[in-house]
Amino acid sequence: MVKFIFRRLLVMIPQLFLLSLIIFVLAKQMPGDAVTGAFMGNPNVTPEQVEKIREQYGLNDPWYVQYGAWVGKAVKGDLGQSYTHKQPVTSLLAGRVANTITLSLFVLIVSYAVAIPLGILAGRWSDTWVDKLIVTYNYFSFATPLFVFALLMLFVFGFILGWFPTGGSVDIRIESGTFAQFMSKLHHLVLPGLSGALLATFGTIQYLRNDIIDTKLKDFVKTARSKGVPEGKVYTRHILRNSLLPIAAFLGYEITGLIGGSIFLEVIFSYPGLGQLFIQSITGRDFTVVTAIVMISGAAVIVGTMLSDVILSAIDPRIRIE
Amino acid sequence: MAETVLEIENLRTSFNIKGNYYAAVDGVSLTVHKNEVVAIVGESGCGKSALALSIIGLHNAKTTKLEGQVNLKGQNLLSLPVEKLNKIRGKDLGMIFQDPMTALNPLATVGRQIEEPMDYHMKLSKSAKKKRVLELLEQVGIKNGPRVYKQYPHELSGGMRQRIVIAISLACNPVMLIADEPTTALDVTIQAQIMDLMKELQRITDSGIILITHDLGVVAEMADRVAVMYAGEFVEIADVNTLFANPLHPYTRSLLSSIPSNMTDKEELHVIEGIVPSIQKLDRGGCRFAPRIPWISEDAHEDNPMLHEVEPGHFVRCTCYKDFHFPEERVEDENYVTT
Amino acid sequence: MSLLNVKDLQVHFPIRGGFFRRVVDQVRAVDGVNFELEPGETYGLVGESGCGKTTTGRAIIGLNKATGGEVLFNGENLATMNGHDRKKHIRDIQMIFQDPYSSLNGRKNVLNIIAEPLRNFERLSPKEELTRVQNMIERVGLSPESIYKYPHQFSGGQRQRIGIARALMLNPKLIIADEPVSALDVSVQAQVLNFMREIQKDFGLTYLFISHDLGVIKHICDRIGIMYKGRFVEEGTAEDVYTNPQHLYTKRLIAAIPEMDPVKRFEKMELREQINVAYRTEYDSYFDKDGRMFDLKPLTPTHSVAVHQGGM
Repeated sequence: MVKFIFRRLLVMIPQLFLLSLIIFVLAKQMPGDAVTGAFMGNPNVTPEQVEKIREQYGLNDPWYVQYGAWVGKAVKGDLGQSYTHKQPVTSLLAGRVANTITLSLFVLIVSYAVAIPLGILAGRWSDTWVDKLIVTYNYFSFATPLFVFALLMLFVFGFILGWFPTGGSVDIRIESGTFAQFMSKLHHLVLPGLSGALLATFGTIQYLRNDIIDTKLKDFVKTARSKGVPEGKVYTRHILRNSLLPIAAFLGYEITGLIGGSIFLEVIFSYPGLGQLFIQSITGRDFTVVTAIVMISGAAVIVGTMLSDVILSAIDPRIRIE
Repeated sequence: MAETVLEIENLRTSFNIKGNYYAAVDGVSLTVHKNEVVAIVGESGCGKSALALSIIGLHNAKTTKLEGQVNLKGQNLLSLPVEKLNKIRGKDLGMIFQDPMTALNPLATVGRQIEEPMDYHMKLSKSAKKKRVLELLEQVGIKNGPRVYKQYPHELSGGMRQRIVIAISLACNPVMLIADEPTTALDVTIQAQIMDLMKELQRITDSGIILITHDLGVVAEMADRVAVMYAGEFVEIADVNTLFANPLHPYTRSLLSSIPSNMTDKEELHVIEGIVPSIQKLDRGGCRFAPRIPWISEDAHEDNPMLHEVEPGHFVRCTCYKDFHFPEERVEDENYVTT
Repeated sequence: MSLLNVKDLQVHFPIRGGFFRRVVDQVRAVDGVNFELEPGETYGLVGESGCGKTTTGRAIIGLNKATGGEVLFNGENLATMNGHDRKKHIRDIQMIFQDPYSSLNGRKNVLNIIAEPLRNFERLSPKEELTRVQNMIERVGLSPESIYKYPHQFSGGQRQRIGIARALMLNPKLIIADEPVSALDVSVQAQVLNFMREIQKDFGLTYLFISHDLGVIKHICDRIGIMYKGRFVEEGTAEDVYTNPQHLYTKRLIAAIPEMDPVKRFEKMELREQINVAYRTEYDSYFDKDGRMFDLKPLTPTHSVAVHQGGM
C-alpha cells in the first residue's frame, strides 16, 4: 500500500511537470501580459516605462528561459509575485486555499448527507411514490444550472429574507480565534454551500438508486434471504455494503469535480476562495497566480484519483494494491 | 415409509406478464420424506426453478401469485408473513444455489457468511459459532478450515465456493434442502466431487432434499425419486430405478433418448420436435406434450390429463403413453412458426 | 497429407508486475501441443475450464497469437504468416461459437449475418448473394423467409444453425466448433449434433470439436485429445480413451461422468474414491522434475499417453 502511494506520487511528478509546461505556454500565448493588465488605459504610464518594467520582470525573455526560472523558484516554494496584488503568490493563496477547502468540504458533506439517504430510499422502495418523488427532485437538480440556482438562493435567502450574508467568508469585525468567529464562518458558508450541495447530489442519488436496484436481484441477496436474514438486515448487511462501495470509491473524483464547481459559487457569493481569485487573475492577466492555481488544482485532481484507488482497495477485498 | 418432511399440495405459481397472470408452475403436488432425494428434472422453461423459488419464498411478491400449500413442520409456508417465514428459512429449510461464483457476498469473509444463519436461528456464543463453522467446513471437505474461515470468496475456486454454499445451507441442521442445479456451473470432476459430497452429507444429516436439475446423469447418480416436469406440470413421477428402466411418458422417453451417453452409440440422437411452449401461449386444457408428438393420434390423449398411478409409486400424466412410439424417420422440425 | 498439423503449439500470456510493469512470468495457456487432423474426421479436444482447449482452437484460427510452434494447414504454416497471407488461407477454416445468443449480432438480420463472410472474401452481385444465402438457409433447415428475421426471433437450436450456416458459406474444409452445444438443452443439443454429422458428410467437413462434455465428445468424435494444464495427457480413438484410459487424469475425468444407470451409482462412487486416493499418492509421478507434464508416448498406433519414458 505504502509502495503504491509512493509510486503514484512519483508518477505525479512528470504529470505535474507536463501540466505546468502546457499551462505556462498557453498563458504566454494569450494576448497581453501582467504589465498590460496592470497599466492598460493608465495615461500616466508611458510605453517606455512599461517596456522598462517588462525588462525588469524578465517578461521579454524567451518563454523557456522564463519557464526555467519559474520552475527553479517553484520547487523552492516560491511561486512568484502577483503583479496585481503586489505580494508573493504563496501568501496570497494561503488564505484562499483554506477557504476553498472549507467550502468544498462543506458542499461534499452536505451533498452526501442528502444524496445517500435519498439514493437508498429510492433504491429500496423503487417504483413507489417515494422513489418517484426523489427521482423528480433529482432531475430538477440535474437540469438546473448552478449559476441560476445560486443566484436564486442568494436573492431569496440573502436579500429578501436576509437570513444569511451575501458575500465574504467571515465577519472581519469579530476577533479571530473565538467561537463567535467560527459561527460567523459557518454562517457565511451556509448559502454557497447549500447551493452547491443541493445540485451536486445528482450523480450520487442516481448511481446509488440504480446500483441498489441491480444488487437487489443478485444471487448473493437471494442467498441472504434463504438464510432467513430479516429484510432490514438484508439491506444493511448485504445490499448497501455492495452499493455504497462505488460511492466511496468515487469520493476522490468527487473532490476534483468540486474544484470546478467552486469557481461559480465563489464568484456568485463573492466568497474569497481560489475560484474567485482565479477569475480575477485571468481578467487581470496575472499569470503567476493563474499558473499557481492551475497547478494546485491539477495536484488536487491527481491526489483525488489516488485517494479513490486507496479507498477502494481499503474497502473492497477483491482489490489489493501491492 | 419414512416420515414426511415437506408436502406440496397443488402449488400454482403465476407471474404477472403485462397485466395478466400466467402459471409457470401449474398445480404441482409432491411429498418429500426424511432422508430422501427427490429430483425434479426438465428443460429450461419447464418451471422447475420457479418451483424451487416458490417453496422458499424468493419470488418477487409484487409480480407473483402463489396458490396451494407448501407444508413444512405443520406450517403452510405460503400463508406465512415474511417475518415468520424468516424463522424457517435458513433453519429448517436450506437452499443451495446454482452458481457459486455469484451466490456468495463478495465483501464478506467465508466465516461470516456461514455464521450468518446462526445469528438468527441459534443462540450461540461467538466462539461456539466459529467452532461450528470449522466443523461445517470439515464436513464439506475443506481441509484448511481456519484459513478459509478468514478468506473472501474471490480467493477460492468454484468447487470450493460451492462447498461453502453447501456449508451455509447446512449451518442450522435443516430438515429440508432445496438444491437448484447445484453442479451445473462446475467442471465435470468438481461436479462428481460435489455429487459425492452431497450423497455423503445426506446420509449424515437425514434431511430431505429436492434436487432441481436438467441433467439426467445427475438424477441417476443422486435421486431416490424423480419427478419429470414439462410445461409447469409433473408428467411422470417414479423411483429412480423404475424411471430409468421403464420410462413411460413420451417426454421422459424422448429426453432419455436424446442424451449422447453410454447408452447411445454413434447412431442418431432423438430430437424432440418443436419448442417448449411459452407460458402465455400454452394450451392448458389438453396434453401439453401433444404438439411435440404429432404422429401420435389425437385420440390417444385425454382431456385435462391427470396423473395415473400405473404401478405403485409410478405416476404418468395422460393416457398417450400407452400408444407412444418413436417415429420411424426423423421428421424435419423447422416448419413451425417462430415467435 | 493431414489437413491440419499442429506442432509444438505454444500460447503464452505475459504476467506483468513490479514497478515498471515488466513481464515477470508467463501464463502457459497452451504449452507444446501436437496433433493432426485427417480430412473428414472429427477430432475432439476435451478438458476442464482453463486447460487451454479453447485457446488452442483460437490460436489455430489466429484469434490468439501463437508464441511458438507451427500450425500447418494444408502444409502451410499459419502461425508465422502475416495478416494478408493468412486471410487467403483462413477462409477454409471457420469457427462456431458456444453461445448462439451472443455470437450473432442482434441488430443484423439473418441475411446480413450469413452473407458477411461472403462479403469479406468474394465480390458478388446482391442477387447472387441472395441466392447463395437462400440455398444455404434451406440447407440448414430453416424456411426461406427467415432470412429477413433477426436472431432473437429464433430458438436456441435455430440460432446455432444460423451460426453454422454462416460458417459454411465459404465452403470451408475445417470447422472449429468451440462448445457448440454447451448452452443448449439436451433435446436441442441432440438436434444440433445430428445436424452437424449430417452436414459433415454432405460438405466433406473436418471438425475440431472443443468441449468439456465427455458424453458429447464421445458421441461425435472419432479421435480425442485430453488436455490438462495446457498440455495433452492422452490421445486416442474414442474407444481407446473411454474404455482403456491410461493417464490418471483421464481416468479421473472418465470416472466423473455421471453414471446413467442408477443401480450402479455406488460402484461409480467407489471407483471415484479409488481414483482420488491414487490421485493423492501418484499425482507427482505424472510430472517431470520441473512440474511439467511428459510428452505423449505411443502405446498403440492410435493411442498415446503422457507418461515417463518406459511407462509408469
